[in-house]
Amino acid sequence: MIELVGLTKRYGEKVAVDGLTFSVRPGIVTGFLGPNGAGKSTTMRMILGLDRPTAGDVRIDGRHYDQLKDPLTYIGALLDAKAVHGGRSAYHHLLCLAQSNGIPDRRVAEVLDTVGLTAVAKKKAKGFSYGMGQRLGIAAALLGDPQILMFDEPVNGLDPEGIHWIRNLMKSLAAQGRTVFVSSHLMSEMALTADHLVVIGQGRLLADTSMAGFIRQNSRSYVRIRSPQRERLVDVLHEAGITVVEAGGGTLEVEGGKAERIGELAARYGVVLHELSPQQASLEEAFMQLTAESVEYHAHAGPMEVPQDWGAGWKGA
Amino acid sequence: MSTHQPPMPQAPAAAPDWQAAPGGTYSGYSSPIPIVRTHLGHALASEWTKIKSVRSTMWTLGVFILLVVGIGLLAGVAVRSSSSDLSGQNPLSLGFFGLLLGNMCIITLGVLTTASEYGTGMIRTTMTACPSRGRVLAAKAIVFFALAFVVTLAAASFVAMIQASLLEGHGARTPSTGEWLKGTVGVSLYVALLGLLSLLVGSIIRHSAGAITIMIAAVLAPLVIAMFMFASSMEKIRQVLFEYSIPNQMSVFYANSLSDSGPSGWDPLWIMLGVTAAAFAGAYALLQSRDV
Repeated sequence: MIELVGLTKRYGEKVAVDGLTFSVRPGIVTGFLGPNGAGKSTTMRMILGLDRPTAGDVRIDGRHYDQLKDPLTYIGALLDAKAVHGGRSAYHHLLCLAQSNGIPDRRVAEVLDTVGLTAVAKKKAKGFSYGMGQRLGIAAALLGDPQILMFDEPVNGLDPEGIHWIRNLMKSLAAQGRTVFVSSHLMSEMALTADHLVVIGQGRLLADTSMAGFIRQNSRSYVRIRSPQRERLVDVLHEAGITVVEAGGGTLEVEGGKAERIGELAARYGVVLHELSPQQASLEEAFMQLTAESVEYHAHAGPMEVPQDWGAGWKGA
Repeated sequence: MSTHQPPMPQAPAAAPDWQAAPGGTYSGYSSPIPIVRTHLGHALASEWTKIKSVRSTMWTLGVFILLVVGIGLLAGVAVRSSSSDLSGQNPLSLGFFGLLLGNMCIITLGVLTTASEYGTGMIRTTMTACPSRGRVLAAKAIVFFALAFVVTLAAASFVAMIQASLLEGHGARTPSTGEWLKGTVGVSLYVALLGLLSLLVGSIIRHSAGAITIMIAAVLAPLVIAMFMFASSMEKIRQVLFEYSIPNQMSVFYANSLSDSGPSGWDPLWIMLGVTAAAFAGAYALLQSRDV
């Protein structure tokens, strides 16, 4: 169990993490979601005692990180794959970590086997690919067989096989009753792995909900309709008691999954349809809407958006 | 979607309370690995593994031994083959030149022990594994100091013995026990302390190249600056810079200092000890207050 209470980190004027309060519970995968620069890594660094909070508190099973005497057997973390001395072999990297926590040396071989790095155990870490570095970081996190695991963007830069492996690993770790806390900026990734969801934007808590609840709330299903006889269709649907909403681009939208009914009505009344398609708003869209105001670095690609009433003042004149 | 449901434990024995009390007494996963209350010894073992598993240690110490032994032997042979007499000088003093150059290697290794962890990002892993920052610094300091002292002592003693036997009967006097002690143990402690100071500067600066530059400047600059202080009004400063420059303080261990005033006997060791202790306090305070 990781508990954050009003956790805040300021760098000069800039607030990186702003009064975060939530808990990470055992036995499930908790996804920590937010756009780039939302403060996910800073939060994780504060949990691990690497950064000192400006205000607030974070405890692991009621204790501060630096009160843990053998932290690796308590909480394993993959912060970034690059936190390794490139001149040291994978084996020695893990060995020095094991020794510092009094973990038996045999665990080094075990975790190397778990992540599939046994063949390159004696090779220098700087020769590792990104995926191998990520696996070495995960091996370090698993070294103490801890009850809490924390991964910062573990699937970043991995190939599909590696992503699949990490997803299954996280699920099986949680299934063993461990606490798994994983950050990502990809909603689709979270939807596949997380049971619980914590969303932050610009350091502030935006949502703290179960994944199922989030999906229920945010995945709107509707039917999109295009027809050359719009008015007639609207009348027909209205009479049948179906609410129609005008969407942009000459299309109509009907909430819920009523595509069959609409098709039958259109056929009965001889209305021509150009499109009748059931739609599902993606979780990615829901996430983007949730974090839209808090995205730190907006891209300005493509043509500039022109406000609809642009030039209205002089055009009319 | 299967992810809606919390996954069921695969091994019910590992989490017997899951169904009964999901939020309350649920204890989660418990590992078969024995829980150990760690202490400085664990950190020492870890740092020892670290220092011996990188190539820079082998390189710097290898070059160090090469310089100390090589230059020491060359000096001995050169003096022996020259016609002039040593006229009762301490033969151990010929070891000075090798150690003076060898210092650079010890400084480099000292700085790399701390600063390279910042350069590579390893420090985040280290501090996560051992959240007691003071313990990490102490373990690094002890392991490095012990290694630097043992290697320097071995190299310096070897050179001293060779020189004493090479120059026997060439007018060099037989060194006293005190001179032996200062020329081997004393100067080795001094060199190892200088390395430890570099380690601490590396921890403060957090940048390898920067810290090495600072340390080499600290060793050479006072002497070089003093050399160009011609004005008589600067005579006093010039004298102090000479006497307290690190090369001159090292030569005190062989009793062939540049001047008769200034530090003598074991003074240089106490001075270096004081400076290093102050640097340790500074490095420790910064380590506690700064984010990793």
